[in-house]
Amino acid sequence: MLAEKYPDEVAAILAKYPPDHKRSAVMPLLYLAQRQEGYVTKAAMQEIADICGIQVTEVASVVGFYSLYYDRPAGKYRLQVCTDLPCALRGADEFLAQLCQNLGIQLGETTPDGLITIEAVTCLAGCDKAPLFQVQSADGLTYHENQNLASALATIEALRRGEQQP
Amino acid sequence: MSEYLLLRHRDIPNIAQLAVYRQHGGFEAFRRAVTTMTPDAVTEVVKASGLRGRGGAGFPTGQKWAFMDKNNWPHYVVANADESEPGTFKDREIMEYNPYQFLEGVMIAAYAVQAHVAYIYLRGEFWQIARRLDECIAELHAAGLLGEHLFGSDYALRLYTHLGAGAYICGEETAMLESIEGKLGQPRLRPPFPPFFGLFGKPTVVNNVETLTNVPLILARGAEWYRSFGTEKSRGVKIFSLSGCVNRPGNYELPLGTTFRELIVGRGLGVPFGHKIKAIMPAGASSSLIVANDEALDTPMDYESVPRLGAQLGSASVIVIDDSVNMRWLLSKTLRFFKHESCGKCTPCREGTYWMSHIAERLVAARATAADVELLGNVARQIKNKCLCALGEFSIEAVISALERFPQDFSG
Repeated sequence: MLAEKYPDEVAAILAKYPPDHKRSAVMPLLYLAQRQEGYVTKAAMQEIADICGIQVTEVASVVGFYSLYYDRPAGKYRLQVCTDLPCALRGADEFLAQLCQNLGIQLGETTPDGLITIEAVTCLAGCDKAPLFQVQSADGLTYHENQNLASALATIEALRRGEQQP
Repeated sequence: MSEYLLLRHRDIPNIAQLAVYRQHGGFEAFRRAVTTMTPDAVTEVVKASGLRGRGGAGFPTGQKWAFMDKNNWPHYVVANADESEPGTFKDREIMEYNPYQFLEGVMIAAYAVQAHVAYIYLRGEFWQIARRLDECIAELHAAGLLGEHLFGSDYALRLYTHLGAGAYICGEETAMLESIEGKLGQPRLRPPFPPFFGLFGKPTVVNNVETLTNVPLILARGAEWYRSFGTEKSRGVKIFSLSGCVNRPGNYELPLGTTFRELIVGRGLGVPFGHKIKAIMPAGASSSLIVANDEALDTPMDYESVPRLGAQLGSASVIVIDDSVNMRWLLSKTLRFFKHESCGKCTPCREGTYWMSHIAERLVAARATAADVELLGNVARQIKNKCLCALGEFSIEAVISALERFPQDFSG
């Protein structure tokens, strides 16, 4: 339960918004919930609905609308490559294809060890440093810019060894 | 440029540290505003500077502040840090390397409209930046620059960050307000506009990060000084995000009115691999495609001149397209983006971006017929002027201009 596991964080989140607008806390609370499992469980959605004073279906619709929330598990790390126009002009599609081929998985799939899920995402605001990807995990999100296959594989290797993300 | 006004970290190392920012006059403008100026006087200075919104719409900033309904309280300020337009990466550099100048801009705006709470809405991908801004805000509290009774006055101010979660549409100001309220990021019907009915139904100013970052220096050095940069109707400096087929992509802070040629060739060192420049998208993926002839290259990048080329300056995210790029492929890219980012509220945009994206995929796969090309233009024209916000409109700019201006890419 969020309120028991992260009481200070929940209080700090609620303090950001007017007392009669608790619903505003739904997005930060979803991030907090995702910190536990890497996705938002049904139980967490219910708890967030109770904290915010809204229906669980309203929480679920927020999870469905925003692309950084997940309602099912995937790899421990989601490696998300931008393939929008500016990145594609600098080889992002080829980079992504090489990465998938090297890991032996298709786009959207997870490596057999459950470590990496590869996804294509929309613009990450790093167009001048393409190819780039972000790594999303339960702990947050880091950017990796000016990438090539070798540097990406080195990052994945570091993640596999459990080292701090470079 | 002799001196950076926004990307000041390029001149002043460690300006991201509060002590260094203050050594260079940081928060003096805010202190002077709170202790010696009326809120309206602050708004008047910003009005007189000619500053216009840097997020894309180019609306006069001071005028926006002056619109705030003074019969309805409390007031809010929301800083738009949702930067999600493909080709745009300027606000990110400001917040990462010159965060206090941005925050001081938020604080001055808040004082000008007498808001006691301001939210900074960052796209979810800017998770690390939000954490850093939270630390900056904590330091400002510790330094007595945020909180109650600022500088011994009755004025109180708090800043909070709010993280989005991956939705381009939340850069649209009313969708952003919905998102802060914990709802789906879908635009509201306007009017009423945010200065009358904004966050939590209260008068709200929404300004872009770059816009706000201009404000401290405008207050410190005066409106006349700021007006000395740029052109008659496009005053000041602008950060141009340069990307695509160019040797040296990156952010370039230049006076408004600088030509495309100066940016792309002078600063960006032109197109690589011996290719020739074919087209320019001056406002990211939302942009019309400009044929990159000499006339276009010699056009000044300001709010008045770019429309003469059948495009908009927007957020000045200049994507360079070279002659190896086929417009069918380009449209498949921009349309995939808009299909993904359409919020689904208005049918013409939700369905139209879906169908246009599918037609473009067929065009790329060479499975398309001449009728498909016609259908693409037809669907695009049916989206025009039929949606609550600009996303639907943006999705067709590249489509219609590509069909009109690069017909050779769609024949055969």
